[in-house]
Amino acid sequence: MSVDPAVVRRIAHLSRIAVEDKEVERLNGEINAILTFVETLSSVDVAGVEPIASVLPMQMKKRADVVTDGGIVDDILANAPVREDNYFVVPKVVE
Amino acid sequence: MSQPAPSKFIKGATGDWEVVIGMEIHAQVTSHAKLFSGASAEYGGAPNDHVSLVDAAMPGMLPVINEECVRQAVRTGLGLEAQINLRSIFDRKNYFYPDLPQGYQISQFKHPIVGEGTVIVDVSPSERITVGIERLHLEQDAGKSLHDLSATESHVDLNRSGVALMEIVSKPDMRSAEEARAYVSKLRTILRYIGSCDGNMEQGSLRADVNVSVRRPGEGLGTRCEIKNVNSIRFIGQAIEVEARRQIGILEDGGKIDQETRLFDPGKGETRSMRSKEEAHDYRYFPDPDLLPLEFDQAFVDALKAQLPELPDAKRARFIAEYGLPPYDAGVLVMERASADFFEQTAKGRDAKLAANWVINELFGRLNKEGLDVAQSPVSAAALGAIIDLISSDVISGKIAKDLFEIVWSEGGDPKDIVESRGLKQVTDTGAIEAAVDAVIAANPDKVEQAKAKPTMLGWFVGQVMKQTGGKANPQAVNDLLKQKLGV
Repeated sequence: MSVDPAVVRRIAHLSRIAVEDKEVERLNGEINAILTFVETLSSVDVAGVEPIASVLPMQMKKRADVVTDGGIVDDILANAPVREDNYFVVPKVVE
Repeated sequence: MSQPAPSKFIKGATGDWEVVIGMEIHAQVTSHAKLFSGASAEYGGAPNDHVSLVDAAMPGMLPVINEECVRQAVRTGLGLEAQINLRSIFDRKNYFYPDLPQGYQISQFKHPIVGEGTVIVDVSPSERITVGIERLHLEQDAGKSLHDLSATESHVDLNRSGVALMEIVSKPDMRSAEEARAYVSKLRTILRYIGSCDGNMEQGSLRADVNVSVRRPGEGLGTRCEIKNVNSIRFIGQAIEVEARRQIGILEDGGKIDQETRLFDPGKGETRSMRSKEEAHDYRYFPDPDLLPLEFDQAFVDALKAQLPELPDAKRARFIAEYGLPPYDAGVLVMERASADFFEQTAKGRDAKLAANWVINELFGRLNKEGLDVAQSPVSAAALGAIIDLISSDVISGKIAKDLFEIVWSEGGDPKDIVESRGLKQVTDTGAIEAAVDAVIAANPDKVEQAKAKPTMLGWFVGQVMKQTGGKANPQAVNDLLKQKLGV
């Protein structure tokens, strides 16, 4: 598996990361290097092996249905560049 | 469902078309706290007040699942006669939007908690269909963006962020807007019986994405369009009708359908493309490394099954068998659990069919008119039962019973006392009725002549006598006496 410059641009866009044209070539090489490295894994025979979703031999922890959190609007908004009436304010996004 | 039904076809300019509909329903799970955090899941609240650091996706925060949401999903799956998966896996569905602080929604992709099931849908008094359920999975809701507070900015409230949703995916088993509406209505009824979702469409607790395609009868599936976020049962029907028409128009003009996401505009009565959504379809799902697989045993499922309430289909069947109700009446009564309970209290020890008629026609009719639900009814089941007793024991006529119902509705009080104190008792004394009959006959000699030639005139006489007696004469007695005296 490998990527090309178009795929690099697409991934950057999906992640909303600004990538300049001159960076694309370098990133393309780096990502392909990583993919080649990971590709080693495909030499392992996994026929008949269940995919694992976790390596921890334990049951998922669960919480009781009780409200124990919230009411901390100042903490939630502490890092917001712009806030108004306890809302986050962001550049207009509309369909 | 494979056999095309010509009665459902849509006529185009060049022949018949069949519309094929599948639906994804997002149902908010009834719970106190969110799916993976301890913040409140309650609707509303001051902006960003029902938000924990988990919901705001602060670095280092880890999700811990709310066990009640798991129970609710399993209970719902049982109500849909569906396969319950003892092991399911949470995945990250990645997309970028300001009201999604994690940058991904925790959802279930390949291994949902609930697999295939079925819903039986009453489309009309004479038609039932079975709609297949493809799957049900648990996922997080996103926050809410408000676009109208400023011309240049959007405001984001994360109170909804992380609230538990069940996405219920149907198979493409519906063939008309009517079937789709009936399906949503039935699903809503089941959810409300189970108590896993309040079904409130105005508050967004139940939202539908509708997949619509058209084809020539007997052909393979056409290209579908997905209409997003339709938020009322009426709009679902309208959206399907206009979208099917749009697609037929394109195909008949020799064009082709682009698979895309569309939005229904109820004001304009049209659907329009949401092009911006297209690119985002690359969700890059992968298992969420923060969460272990969700596992439970069959005993857990069995215990939940044992505690399920009687569901609408079972209740409907019981009403038909136990009370001898026509299937349609039984279906109307079980639409809401509260209505079914009201009926059973009213019918207890009484003529069940009479009780059903009164509940459906008088009570529901009146409640609908006033926009009330059955829990708010000013006439209690006991009072309605008392009115029915008065009819059954011939104390009042059916007509007076309606007046009595009005009195109890607006003034309250014990129906029996009201009948006593206001002199509403039916006159069964033949002497008094006979006097009224004689008076009417004597006053209308011309009508008497007509009646001899035209026996249907009898109805007019009955009306006159009832008027004379203030509606209190026993209609049967009036009828008998008139027939005898007029010789018809």
